[in-house]
Amino acid sequence: MSGSEYRDVVRLENIQMHYGNVQALSDINFAVGRNEIVGLIGDNGAGKSTLIKIMTGVERPTAGNLYIRDKKVDWEGYSVGRAHELRFETVYQEKSLGEKQPLWRNFFVGRQITNRLGFIKVKQQKQIANDVLLNQIGFRGAGIDADSPVAQLSGGERQGVAIGRAMHFDSDLIVLDEPTVALAITEVRKVLDFVRGIKESGRACVYIEHNLAHVHELADRLVVLDRGRVVREIHKGEMSLAELTSALIDLQHAKVETAEAGS
Amino acid sequence: MSGRAKSLPQIEGLPIVGVFVLLVGLFMVLAPNVFLGYRIYMSFLITVPPILLLALGLTLVIAAGEIDLSFPSVIAFSGFLFAYLFKTYELTWLALLAALAGGALIGFVNGILVAGIGVPSIIATLAMQFFWGGITTVLSGGLSYNIRAVKETALWEVFVGRIGVLPVQSLWVLALAIFLWFLLNRHRFGEHLLFIGDSAKVARVVGIPVNRERIKLFTLMGVLAAFAAVLLTLENKNFFNTQGQGFLLIALAAVFIGGTSIFGGQGSIVGSFFGAFIIVMIEAGLVASGIQGFWVRAVVGLVFIGAVIFHLLVENPGRLAALRRLLRRDG
Repeated sequence: MSGSEYRDVVRLENIQMHYGNVQALSDINFAVGRNEIVGLIGDNGAGKSTLIKIMTGVERPTAGNLYIRDKKVDWEGYSVGRAHELRFETVYQEKSLGEKQPLWRNFFVGRQITNRLGFIKVKQQKQIANDVLLNQIGFRGAGIDADSPVAQLSGGERQGVAIGRAMHFDSDLIVLDEPTVALAITEVRKVLDFVRGIKESGRACVYIEHNLAHVHELADRLVVLDRGRVVREIHKGEMSLAELTSALIDLQHAKVETAEAGS
Repeated sequence: MSGRAKSLPQIEGLPIVGVFVLLVGLFMVLAPNVFLGYRIYMSFLITVPPILLLALGLTLVIAAGEIDLSFPSVIAFSGFLFAYLFKTYELTWLALLAALAGGALIGFVNGILVAGIGVPSIIATLAMQFFWGGITTVLSGGLSYNIRAVKETALWEVFVGRIGVLPVQSLWVLALAIFLWFLLNRHRFGEHLLFIGDSAKVARVVGIPVNRERIKLFTLMGVLAAFAAVLLTLENKNFFNTQGQGFLLIALAAVFIGGTSIFGGQGSIVGSFFGAFIIVMIEAGLVASGIQGFWVRAVVGLVFIGAVIFHLLVENPGRLAALRRLLRRDG
């Protein structure tokens, strides 16, 4: 599985994206190596979400190439389902789990273990879900099991389940779209631990985050997007959190100045 | 302790089974000469099946967060197809197929309107209820069809004959109820419906083909309603063009009495099963108890709202305390 030879899990080459007259992304070159956590930062509207959507098959770019495990992908056949088959998983802020459904359903929905007639093997699904909850996500003694409905889980626990699900399905790349938004501090801690778990399990991760302290702590590399372009790449240890913060503030100032100069 | 203490293992529909048993007991006391004999129950097994089929289909529809109001016209349209083909061409099994195909067509059109075009289901199916009801009136010329000869056919024996005193249609709907329970609770399709009803957004993200499943759902509902139409037409040995119009509210009430929530993401086949029996039994029970027939609807309304409140309280015991506080403040 992960034994095959490749350098980058995913690589985007000269990606352009227009929505009508609006240039959302221009000349994006972006790669994620094996077992690398890449933090994606930038203002609202910088193009982070668009970039993610292109990578995970939700949207198709106006131009450019996508390579998965160093192989060029044909945009025609690329979709969310195809991305899943290629072992890419995305965890969204809140909308990854069915609120009223038990965890065992949430775990396997869309990829149920069924017999030939499509009937679900409930026992097997519950067993696996319980195993992942306990051993991979580490919900020991938290009173959560495969039968718990999502509604009983805290925000951090929900992200944990979504991440655990992604890990179970042997994904090589897990995309996290602001997983800590609207979470209490203790919950944020849990999520950050889950992200660390992704790294330890040998997977790669793209991590969109507003909170600089979080990404700075976790990411092997930071990619800064601004107005649809990659403006900066920062490797781990290259900058302290304070330096990173002021660098980004400088970037903001530069933006304001060019905007003023332009008007 | 956190509020995560596990609630008792919930047996699906248990509260409503309790209500059902209670009502049977009550009527046994109030009308012993009727409710201690078997005949009344045999007559339920004739009256309930068409309503039950509708309620079962609606359970899936409502679990998926949708609604279907067009089924009364499926009962009319498919009933017409069946009666017409039998009367004119003496078709039996083909007439059955045509009736089911007619229901599938109506359901499919509903599905296209809802999933394909994006018309909210309450509006789309209401419009279709008028349309197909009107088409049936036009095609039938507003006439009713007497098809007494259908009793001599094998088809009649197979679907609405009697085994001893037992109406065969009750076995058909029982089998279908079990099948639909497994479809909703154990099949990939049912799980997709539950997630769509829970949140269509989540359903999309996890890779469920939301619109395709919705079209399948409405088509299935159409076929079930068509089967109900055939059972009804066979049992009555008669078709009339407003048949089915009386079922709209009764079938919906059966579903909600059974504890399925209008908010989607959850549906109880067991609940709808007993809900259908409860609603039919109240009418017969009141009349047998010597209470004036005028009271029937009022009592149905009471039992209906009582059952729904009961379900709410069972699901969320916190509401009871809140209610008490509210009453104390007002008092």
